[in-house]
Amino acid sequence: MEIVPNNINIDFVGKRFFFTIFSIVINLISIGLMMTWGLNYGLDFAGGAMIELRFAQPTTSAALQEAVKDQPLEDLTVQDIGRDSKIFMLRFKQSEKNLSDVSNTVQTALSTAFGQTFEVLRVESVGSKVSGDLRRKGFLAVLFSTLLMGAYITMRFDFRFGIGAVIALIHDVLVVTGALTISQMPFDLSVLAALLTVVGFSVHDTIIVSDRVRENLRKFRRDSLAVTINRSVNETLSRTIITSGTALLVLLALFVFGGHVIRPFAFTLIVGFITGTYSSVYIAAPVVLYFEGRRLRPAAA
Amino acid sequence: MPQGILYRSMFILTLVLVAVLYLVPSMAPTLPGWWPSFLPSRKIRLGLDLRGGTHLLLSVDLDKALENALDQNAEELRRVLREANTTGVTVERNASALRLQTTTAEAKTAAEKILKDQFPQLIYEGAPEAGEGELSVVLDRKEIQRLRDYALEQSLETIRNRIDQFGVTEPTVQRQGSQDILVQLPGIQDPARAKALIGKTAVLEFKVVAEGAQAAGGEGTVVLNGQEIEPLSGQMRKTPYTLEKKTLMTGDVVADARVRPASTVEGPSVELVLNERGARLFEKVTSENVGRRLAIILDDTVYSAPTIREKIGGGRASITGSFDVKEARDLAIVLRAGALPAPVTVSEERTVGPSLGKDSIDQGILSFAVGGAMVILFMAIYYKLAGVLADLAVTLNVLFLLAALAILEATLTLPGIAGIVLTVGMAVDANVLVNERMREELRLGKSARAAVEAGYERALPAIRDSNITTFLSGLILFQFGSGPVKGFAVTLCAGIATTLFTAVFCTRVVYDFFISRRRLNTLSV
Repeated sequence: MEIVPNNINIDFVGKRFFFTIFSIVINLISIGLMMTWGLNYGLDFAGGAMIELRFAQPTTSAALQEAVKDQPLEDLTVQDIGRDSKIFMLRFKQSEKNLSDVSNTVQTALSTAFGQTFEVLRVESVGSKVSGDLRRKGFLAVLFSTLLMGAYITMRFDFRFGIGAVIALIHDVLVVTGALTISQMPFDLSVLAALLTVVGFSVHDTIIVSDRVRENLRKFRRDSLAVTINRSVNETLSRTIITSGTALLVLLALFVFGGHVIRPFAFTLIVGFITGTYSSVYIAAPVVLYFEGRRLRPAAA
Repeated sequence: MPQGILYRSMFILTLVLVAVLYLVPSMAPTLPGWWPSFLPSRKIRLGLDLRGGTHLLLSVDLDKALENALDQNAEELRRVLREANTTGVTVERNASALRLQTTTAEAKTAAEKILKDQFPQLIYEGAPEAGEGELSVVLDRKEIQRLRDYALEQSLETIRNRIDQFGVTEPTVQRQGSQDILVQLPGIQDPARAKALIGKTAVLEFKVVAEGAQAAGGEGTVVLNGQEIEPLSGQMRKTPYTLEKKTLMTGDVVADARVRPASTVEGPSVELVLNERGARLFEKVTSENVGRRLAIILDDTVYSAPTIREKIGGGRASITGSFDVKEARDLAIVLRAGALPAPVTVSEERTVGPSLGKDSIDQGILSFAVGGAMVILFMAIYYKLAGVLADLAVTLNVLFLLAALAILEATLTLPGIAGIVLTVGMAVDANVLVNERMREELRLGKSARAAVEAGYERALPAIRDSNITTFLSGLILFQFGSGPVKGFAVTLCAGIATTLFTAVFCTRVVYDFFISRRRLNTLSV
């Protein structure tokens, strides 16, 4: 059985200008969205407190708003996150020093209004010191892993492949953050973990293609780099699609059955794996061409 | 058999056996008594997000601890000055410095000598200004460091004591960074109560209620609120008390504290058993203040202010007030465990209720089962026998991965489960690479044997390099992450190691076996 016919020969490289423009446009849209709408930063990075509750009977956001209206809460949002209006999340900020005391008083206020008809699923509060620290560390983690991947590829392959991989990575990170902005999924620690995994996966995919380019450069010395790259992308296409496909199968299972806590994480990985696959075919390899000139030196590996 | 197929098979079988043995403690509800004596008893631990519980990051207010230390120094300095009959020197604390005002030159010289001889930990702030009557001293850097360390250690010890007495199974209390304490309380039912217990500074003080002219307030008095419950409405009511500023006795003389159950006339109370010094002090304080009211103050709140009817010997005091049995129990705990050297604030809290934890486990297992089944089916259909072999490898992979988690005593979190699910999806990649390669080689007209050889040899560099990068991003995640994210990083990295072993090493043995028996004329891939 074959999904991709073995004699497939799509002209990826020939259409690279179109896809370059396409990718740049998508990236610009992502940046634009982030700057206008902005990411929906979760507690980990924004600070504040949240309480997640499950009610025995369906209720409404308005009823919850009403129950806590006397509490000194800033930026209160009440969100219905279940499918049956039973699970709600209250998120708020507090100017006072001890955030976690506030969540206690909120719980008390809710008990007064609703009695014992709900249970507390989660309580989180993150002070500004911790969230600031996490923001800084999170940014550095993404930056370092991108650079580290570029350095690793440069070491294993060639400087041009390193640049190609890093550009593909930046593209993927931008696409994922753009998708997170559109969906307004909370950007928290687990989503950042997913983003770092996307970085790892995107390079993983790029390496498979680059490895084949390296092999074919030795095998078909007469062909131009463009032809060799196109041949390599086509030869690995079947593998690229199947691996991304199996990964997407499990991620979809996680997204559908994993529950609401893990859903933003699964969502990030799904978008990331799709764009990671796209970028290793349409970006990483063609970028190498832009830095063409001479033949690539055979790698020492 | 060539290439040591037998040895390789034995190696794999041994590892499978070891893995199963390591997994038994995590899977079996109970272990037979003889098991731990010679078999592994390490377990996969469940993270707080799966078993439910509270994670708290407490920041100790070390500046406050330094201020307290400076106050003590000031008190000590005043005592030494008094004993040396030095007059004309006043000592006041001003933020993080002590200011000594002297009226005469002799007094200044005497104060300087005392500072030099007896208070080496106090150094002059800037250069001492000659001619003026003021001296300004601060704690030196080494002393500050010592005090900060001490305050943090003391807080850690006190919090650990309180938690132990509160009764939590497998709590974690540890230092984090230079001023934080990490507390993890798995499976607690009432996180709000635990938080109140841990966060209470619990400074116990005894002061007398001001009378006569002082009762109106002013010099030498302090006003603190008392908390009482209105008998009719049940509402909390704040009553201000005007007290003499001087503290007669503090909580450090408490040797033990016990709850006395409620009687018909009053609610539950906490009985304090004082140590020897405390007993003497309490006797002295009560005999000097017969007829006056003695306020018992915890963290600047007056709990009760009973009238002293007579001298009280025997070293027992009792706190009554508006609290229920639970609160009385918690009060007794904090009084026994002692006061925190400085206030703490909760700078991060994450509480997961038990039902959400259970839901997460169920949902994690469900997505693992559904995702795994889809991948296994797909591989078997797409690559036929080679796919079934890859499926076997994936099954072994999960077994080894779980065993690795047990050996590392790693904490399994919800993202950790997601990491296992993802590993299943990604693990087949190595087999896909090899199988695709074998198909290509077969198309070129190579024999089954040559296709297997070439498939593994040619695919290996790509498999190795691509897994190293994923591993690197896992390492960065581990460095960066906390709690649940760390759990994900661990499963991701361990998953890569087990994947390389099962998908490359283990499957190869099977091919080699069939090749050696000359049974492999056609490849089912």
